[in-house]
Amino acid sequence: MLKKRLIPVLLLQNGQLVRSEGFSLHQILGNPVHEVERFNEWSVDELIYIDISDDDAIDGRVDMKVRRDSSPLDLLESVAARCFMPLTFGGRIRTLEDVRARIARGADKVTLSTAAIETPELITQAAEAFGSQAIVAVIDARRRDAGGWEVVYDHARRSIAPSPSEWAVELERLGAGEILLQSVDRDGTAQGYDLELIRSVTAVTHVPVIALGGVGRLEHFADCITKGGASAAAAANIFHFVELSDRRAKRAMAQAGVDVRLVQTPPAQPNKGRR
Amino acid sequence: MSVRFGIIDYGMGNLRSVRNAFEFIGADVVIVERGEDLAEVGAVVLPGVGAFGRGMEGLRSRGFVEALERHVRQDGKPMLGICLGMQLFAKTGLELGEHEGLGWVDAVVERLPSAEGLRIPHIGWNDVHGEGPLFAGMGHPSAFYFVHSFHVAPAHDGPFVSGRTEHGARFVSAVSMGNVHGVQFHPEKSHRCGIQLLRNFVALARGA
Repeated sequence: MLKKRLIPVLLLQNGQLVRSEGFSLHQILGNPVHEVERFNEWSVDELIYIDISDDDAIDGRVDMKVRRDSSPLDLLESVAARCFMPLTFGGRIRTLEDVRARIARGADKVTLSTAAIETPELITQAAEAFGSQAIVAVIDARRRDAGGWEVVYDHARRSIAPSPSEWAVELERLGAGEILLQSVDRDGTAQGYDLELIRSVTAVTHVPVIALGGVGRLEHFADCITKGGASAAAAANIFHFVELSDRRAKRAMAQAGVDVRLVQTPPAQPNKGRR
Repeated sequence: MSVRFGIIDYGMGNLRSVRNAFEFIGADVVIVERGEDLAEVGAVVLPGVGAFGRGMEGLRSRGFVEALERHVRQDGKPMLGICLGMQLFAKTGLELGEHEGLGWVDAVVERLPSAEGLRIPHIGWNDVHGEGPLFAGMGHPSAFYFVHSFHVAPAHDGPFVSGRTEHGARFVSAVSMGNVHGVQFHPEKSHRCGIQLLRNFVALARGA
């Protein structure tokens, strides 16, 4: 049986790892390349990096030890060289060439969010060129005061007419291989997933849905799968602030009856000087 | 014994992660682009993501079909096929038309059977019930990362089947035939079990 997945989402801003709250508050956490080594030791199933920078500037603060000249693609390459699990890289992808560049530098999949809305044909073109499995379409959803949700983009400053479930069906039709469904309201709040939102999308789609936004306690992870119908549970902040959150999350998911990959063996170590 | 591993580049997807994984475990790896280059390596890795017909065309146009026959089948150089690389061992592939494969396994590569509630492509971590030297030093079953829609369906079951996995129905997820090994999953993306499997292959090649 196919396992349900646990996925940390790492946000990059100007070369730094940051945390996000309500899509606007960003706090610097550290060096993104070192993080992958930590996650390789952990029992997570995939990694998603999303570059949320507005421009190409690199925050080369000396105390963070990130080289000033490291572009997001250089970071991707460094991360990919150490990442022995599926790696998704997203953010600021607008053209087929952007997709190609990320896959060439070691990404297994890319996320498309603003581009999916402004140029939906890019999803089809990218799926034809690299396979649907390489294309993750992002839906950022925000609750409406009148009920239901709206799909937002451009740092949640703009929205489109279709609901998240309608938009998910369209994204799947266009060729997206997975949907990363994020709740803007729950981002950084630690209140748990927006299960109603997740259900509304998983009920109408056939591709795997990755749920993101709101995990604050380890018990929250299983909910998006058992109650929401998601194929993967993703989170960002908890992995930075809760000790041993990966294996404890896995154990909590298993205890809730979710079929997950559990790891007992010691981590893989590189061979040195044996060329 | 020092063995150089040649990763075959035949235009079917990114070789970077396979190369990274072999380098991580200290193997001497090179990318080979022409069939004649197989003379320079002691073991062969055939990765690949994409359609069967295009894969065979890629091997043929770069002179790999005859070179593999000679270096792997006749001279016995160890070989590991990954994903499409394993599928190409089959006689026939049915992805986007009927295509002739390398013909090393009496098998057809066909679409995974679909069923209600079953998602195809089969993407994600799944258990492999594996046996033999490639699966030494890990739990049984162990989970590996899969991304595929087609699978190798042998005409007859036999001892060459070294791994099985369930997705709706049970399918062949690994084969071993003397010096030739194939896995449907991606060891280079399967964390420590994947790294262990590659180490096992490297050890087999060094001992060969």
